[in-house]
Amino acid sequence: MKTLKIEELSKNFGSTEVLRKINLEIDEGNFLVLLGPSGCGKSTLLNIIAGLETINEGNVFIDDYNVSKVEPKDRNIAMVFQSYALYPSMNVRENMIFGLKQAKTSKEKIEEQLEKVSKFLQVDQLLERKPSQLSGGQRQRVAIGRALVREPRIFLFDEPLSNLDAKLRVEMRREIKKLHQQLKTTVVYVTHDQTEAMSLGTRIAIMNHGVIQQNDTPENIYNKPSNTFVADFIGSPSMNLIKGSLKESSGGISFSVSGSNVEIPIKDYEFIDKSNLNNKEVFFGIRPEHIYFKKSNESDFEINLRADLSEYIGHEQIMTFDYANQEILAKFPSTIKIELAKETKLYFDLTQTSLFDAQTEERI
Amino acid sequence: MQDSLKSSSYQQLEQKSKYTNMFLRWFLYFILILFASYFIFPLYVMVVTSLKTMEEIRQGTLLSWPSGLNLESWAVAWGGRGYGAGDTFLRPYFWNSIKMVVPAVFFSTFIGAMTGYVLTKWRFKGDQWVFLFLLFGCFIPFQAILLPMARTLGVLGVSNSVVGLVLVHTVYGIPFTTLFFRNYYVSVPTELVKAARIDGAGFFKIFFKILLPISAPIIVVTVIWQFTQIWNDFLFGSTFSFGEAAPIQVALNNMVLSSTSVKEYNVDMASAIIAGIPTLIVYVLAGKYFIRGLTSGAVKG
Repeated sequence: MKTLKIEELSKNFGSTEVLRKINLEIDEGNFLVLLGPSGCGKSTLLNIIAGLETINEGNVFIDDYNVSKVEPKDRNIAMVFQSYALYPSMNVRENMIFGLKQAKTSKEKIEEQLEKVSKFLQVDQLLERKPSQLSGGQRQRVAIGRALVREPRIFLFDEPLSNLDAKLRVEMRREIKKLHQQLKTTVVYVTHDQTEAMSLGTRIAIMNHGVIQQNDTPENIYNKPSNTFVADFIGSPSMNLIKGSLKESSGGISFSVSGSNVEIPIKDYEFIDKSNLNNKEVFFGIRPEHIYFKKSNESDFEINLRADLSEYIGHEQIMTFDYANQEILAKFPSTIKIELAKETKLYFDLTQTSLFDAQTEERI
Repeated sequence: MQDSLKSSSYQQLEQKSKYTNMFLRWFLYFILILFASYFIFPLYVMVVTSLKTMEEIRQGTLLSWPSGLNLESWAVAWGGRGYGAGDTFLRPYFWNSIKMVVPAVFFSTFIGAMTGYVLTKWRFKGDQWVFLFLLFGCFIPFQAILLPMARTLGVLGVSNSVVGLVLVHTVYGIPFTTLFFRNYYVSVPTELVKAARIDGAGFFKIFFKILLPISAPIIVVTVIWQFTQIWNDFLFGSTFSFGEAAPIQVALNNMVLSSTSVKEYNVDMASAIIAGIPTLIVYVLAGKYFIRGLTSGAVKG
């Protein structure tokens, strides 16, 4: 039984296609993050799961029960919003029990739940306050509390941290993580912040233009991006995508860039499809953090590149190198001194590379 | 040497700017007092005239001070002279106006709030057209709808009654009240409504429990606006009612323009002030909120 299952879901606003044939499954207790640039449809998808938006095609199942036409209140979900959406005229207590009262829960049960949750979230001292008398972090906590008291099957979070300042955001992120570890509930969480997605999610679904690009664990999203969009979207700075071609010879497969005679051997790479590799136009992907200044593995590939630009950002520096007129970014500790406009010896970590078809931009 | 020269010239400049500032300040006060008196002047004439006897009015000038606190004309304006036919006085019409204005303000404000709520929080296909047509209602000259409205009131059987006037004022108030409430609710985050829907609240519950409690500023604005409009209305009152059903503004007109005897300026002035007092009271009591409601709109969650 899947806690949440989305099947061939499509959604249009007039003639604009917002979601296209979305398929998604979440197991009990998983933390799924919907990640993507603004306008990719992730919030719409969340609203559809909540029942706040209608569906044009496809179905939504919660616990194998088709809820596509079920009212939001009957879906056994709870949602935390970006603006917290606390009812301004009610105090914290009234805010938290509003849903239970609507559901005609017994007084004793309401009190019990309220006490349990408010203690758990440390808002039990604030129960008589109005939302306007709370700080950003407290509002956030009350909003989560309002969701918790209902003991829903699925928690929906719609960019809950983006209204907080940077420091508080990191704190609240940890609290949400702790919360999930303790309660082990199923969560769907929407964000455009990749750090949030990586640190919170047990699974991440990356979306773009209404299509899920990759739905995988954070490790696989980072290490084995399924296309150039994902490769480019995750990581800061993003993955270097070097355009070139593959060559198959008796010595094995190698990658080279036109205008350079350097041949990078592709040895232990796990190809999805090994056929037709010779002369294939590809993007060779390597992350800036996987280019080293010192050789650290036996398989590291030595290459000489000209340093063009240095960006100092405190604990590290981002260097831009020239590789046959293509820019290569690399991240080093800021203690290393590299002279500009000079050839520098670098090492590519070949265990950490990705290859993409230059035409389809898919991983090969 | 040079330093002391410099500092003395600075002192001179400082003196000069002090004089200039003083002059400008006095000039500013002068202008302000001038305009203030210009606006207060008619009211002054009304008040002093209402307190004079007819004898004094004939002999004195417009501006002269009354000989004493003579409230007789006020009593006459409010309660009449006590003889039968032809004696027009304001009291019954004042209550007519109250009976008209209270329900009309209530219904138009309530319906406007509802419409504003639907137009912002329960968007539907073509809602912007509905809003546009409602806006047209704000700009239609009321003279243009007098005849169709008279017919409608006739068909409904409420012509020449306070109920009819309540209906007319409610209907023609809705465009304005909708505009006010719509613009206010636009700034209320829609996420509030979404949260309430997930919590299981329906259409009316969300309106009464979530939105209405935070609408105080705009309710005050709307009530003041509607009260002033309806209380001061003469066109609808004079067209759709006559005799005993007339509101106070119509009665005031009938009193002042009756050509039976000598013009009693003191009674006329007293009547005009009585007719204007309720709106003044509303402004004095709620004016503070009026400004606040007009300038703020954003609700911080």
